[in-house]
Amino acid sequence: MSELHSALMVAVIALVTLLLRSLPFMVFGGKRKTPAFITYLSNVLPYAIMGMLVVYCLRGTKLLAAPHGLPELIACMAVVLLHLWKRNTLLSIALGTMLYMFLVQAIF
Amino acid sequence: MSIRYAFKRSLPVMAGYLVLGMGFGILLEAKGYSVVWAFVMSVFIYAGSMQYVAVDLLAGGASLISAALMTLMVNARHLFYGISMIDRYKDMGAKKPYLVFALTDETYSLVCSGDVPEGVDQKKYFFWVSLMNQSYWVIGSTAGALIGSLLVFNTAGIDFSMTALFIVVFVEQWKSAENHLSAVIGVTVSVICLLIFGPDSFLIPSMIAIAAVLTALRKILDKKEDGEGNENE
Repeated sequence: MSELHSALMVAVIALVTLLLRSLPFMVFGGKRKTPAFITYLSNVLPYAIMGMLVVYCLRGTKLLAAPHGLPELIACMAVVLLHLWKRNTLLSIALGTMLYMFLVQAIF
Repeated sequence: MSIRYAFKRSLPVMAGYLVLGMGFGILLEAKGYSVVWAFVMSVFIYAGSMQYVAVDLLAGGASLISAALMTLMVNARHLFYGISMIDRYKDMGAKKPYLVFALTDETYSLVCSGDVPEGVDQKKYFFWVSLMNQSYWVIGSTAGALIGSLLVFNTAGIDFSMTALFIVVFVEQWKSAENHLSAVIGVTVSVICLLIFGPDSFLIPSMIAIAAVLTALRKILDKKEDGEGNENE
């Protein structure tokens, strides 16, 4: 592919991404008062979206073939339990990731 | 004070972004694109999963139209981040354009609750945490493109750091919320959509379905979230 085509593609991706990020602010972000419905959505959406993102991260897990998502299940449980116990974000992420790497590289 | 607090909160993202950024840089370099490309993409696109997709698009010589459509699909979730940050970013002044541009999944996870401890300027916190996160991403991807071929240790599974980050934020939100219905809806609807539409195309249906269900349940959720939401403000 030519350098120009590559450069244009990077520009297109950057512009579409920026458009998506700024659209809500352009539509609702003016001086007018934000509609109550949008305020409601902005209050409840973060909880739902974070749940969706967890599912999104795990979307590639293959439950039907060995090891049937066991490394993901074990590592996720470990992160949740460790975090409920210590409430230390960095610790939960670091140990969880190391456990997962150990599981996929050495066990399964 | 605000800068130090922002740095502390951004540490998990630092770990994730340096690693994922390096992964992106390594991948891009392996497809024949020099370090300049990694740097430019991370500065101007700054969207993690989309940049991974972009490596495929670039290497495969995709058309500009399909690149635009792919970006719409992969990044449509940012519409939802924007909607939930409209009020919190309202009075940000000159910093607002950058904050809007830099609202990635991970930055969103650090600003969406909006709560900061006493003595910390919320506006400065929003700005610094956004800027720090992007600098980690740019540094990681540039370094990855530079040293990619020298890496020898087995990095399989290292991308779980991002999963772990989202789980931690999910747990934090769960503990701070009085009503868990919204979180449960998010997970349940996403899993159902994943089963129906498959891993490559479930994100858009999930978002539409989540918005629809939350809209339908407004009567139940609005009052309960209201009091809690105000405390967070």
